[in-house]
Amino acid sequence: MTAAAGAYAPAPPRRPRRTPRRGGGREMFLLMLPALVPVLVFSVGPLLYGIFLAFTDARSGRNAETSFVGLANFGDLLTDGDFWTSFRIGMIWGISVTVLQFLASLGLALLLDRDLRLRGLARVLALVPWAMPPVVIGLMWRLVYHPNAGILNAVLRDAGLLGHNVDWLNDFAIALPAVIVVGVWTGMPQTTVVLLAGLQNVPRELYEAGQVDGAGTWRRFWNITLPQLRPVIVAITSLDFVWNINQFGLVYVLTQGGPGGRTRLPMLFAYEEAFRFGFFGYASTLGVAIVIVVLAVLGLYLWRQMREAN
Amino acid sequence: MRRALSYLALLGYLVFLAFPLIWLLSTALKTPQEMASLDPAWLPRRPTLANFADAFAEQDLVGSALRSLVVATASAVITVVLALPAAYALARHRGAVNRIAIGWVLVSQVFPVILIIIPLFMVLRRFDLVNTLPGLTFVHVTFTLPFALWMLQGYVRAVPRELEEAAAVDGAAKATSIVKIVAPLLAPGVVATLLFAFISSWNEFLFALVVLKDPDIATLPLTLVKFTGAEGVVRLGPLAAASLLATIPSLVFFAAIQRRLKSGLMAGAVKG
Repeated sequence: MTAAAGAYAPAPPRRPRRTPRRGGGREMFLLMLPALVPVLVFSVGPLLYGIFLAFTDARSGRNAETSFVGLANFGDLLTDGDFWTSFRIGMIWGISVTVLQFLASLGLALLLDRDLRLRGLARVLALVPWAMPPVVIGLMWRLVYHPNAGILNAVLRDAGLLGHNVDWLNDFAIALPAVIVVGVWTGMPQTTVVLLAGLQNVPRELYEAGQVDGAGTWRRFWNITLPQLRPVIVAITSLDFVWNINQFGLVYVLTQGGPGGRTRLPMLFAYEEAFRFGFFGYASTLGVAIVIVVLAVLGLYLWRQMREAN
Repeated sequence: MRRALSYLALLGYLVFLAFPLIWLLSTALKTPQEMASLDPAWLPRRPTLANFADAFAEQDLVGSALRSLVVATASAVITVVLALPAAYALARHRGAVNRIAIGWVLVSQVFPVILIIIPLFMVLRRFDLVNTLPGLTFVHVTFTLPFALWMLQGYVRAVPRELEEAAAVDGAAKATSIVKIVAPLLAPGVVATLLFAFISSWNEFLFALVVLKDPDIATLPLTLVKFTGAEGVVRLGPLAAASLLATIPSLVFFAAIQRRLKSGLMAGAVKG
């Protein structure tokens, strides 16, 4: 859902540059009150409370006593084998989906930027996954992967690549890659649209100059397109990574975390801890841990990108 | 040669993007007998709409669609009513508050929902709103508000301040200039934000899963997922049909905004 929030919105128009102006403070404050109060009370407040819960032993029971336990949950987390398994799966999922999404979308954006027939069709098709509810995407791919009635097995059998039907989403070794493919399919539209917009903003003169200097297609791509795209690439891959690591609905619908926990992303793990077993405090700790990891990964990534850009 | 390769690559993308969609459509149009066949065919031999009728009859699809409609409409309207005054203030008054608000929108994207849903669940429980549609509406409003605020303040900024100043010079009161001048220009942005909030709520799954325990008040995504629980092969047809129906609102929304997506407003957003 977090992913969806960013994904579905049409971009607001660009703001005209304008000198800031002050004054009317009191009036403005009164105007902001009706929105700031709900944001503070229902959005900032719960989040801070959620972070606080990470340091308590809160349980789901209505009358359960809650007490402050300091860093005990974090200690438990570090020695919890299930958490580490889930964490590893989450990192494999988050990084591979983000990287594959980026590569696939860059290829598609480069093609769409060229004057090819069928381009219109490809553009429409590239937007469709964006327009589908995540639950429906999950269900649709379950139909594709279905062991008996699914099209994937039928096609592969007809092509002679498979001797027997594979149960894609229930096979210990294949489930995670299968789910990753769905993740890539789902996230391609946003990434493609953003990269395409970036490509169209690369000044054409640069390519002309490159051509004059005798640079081939590959060199022009490597020395002009990529460096020009860099800020866009950094922004969209960072966002994709955050969205992917926080993914829940898609994988829940596909596998519910199975088989044997092989696709149990951290958010599915946290959901189970909180709403199946009732460990509210521990689940919050998991959430906080994921935030720390995401911020660390992003920080490192952005820092390296900035250093290279300079 | 190079051109041929490009077309080959484009074809590959088209296949990858389209084949799950074709399969969903095809499954929705197949008869139960055909679904049970051990050698599934790409296209239905005798296309039928019976699955759509079954979907309506079997699972409480109409009821859950209506509940989704109520929740999505209510949360969209409440979100915009709450966000509009603040969006105006944020756009017209630059300063620390503005930066903090924008920062909050970004921060709320990074935090996993689990950190928000647990406290919200505890709040709902205290007010006996678990298992109620108002409870879910409340959660959806909470969740959509930051982003709606950000969208709306972008639209307000696009309305030239000079128009308001001119009105003020002509002696119009602040309220008059907002109602008569800003509001009409802002209407498309408000509609876009309403649609965005509506679609977010209509598609939302995790909060609904947590808040609505009682199957009798499930929203559409929950009912769809429940479909798969008792999954015989024969039931896949109605499931596909129901999934297609559930996608219609989002498709309409995207058809409405797709020109804007293409025309590079996105580029503007990225370039900042």
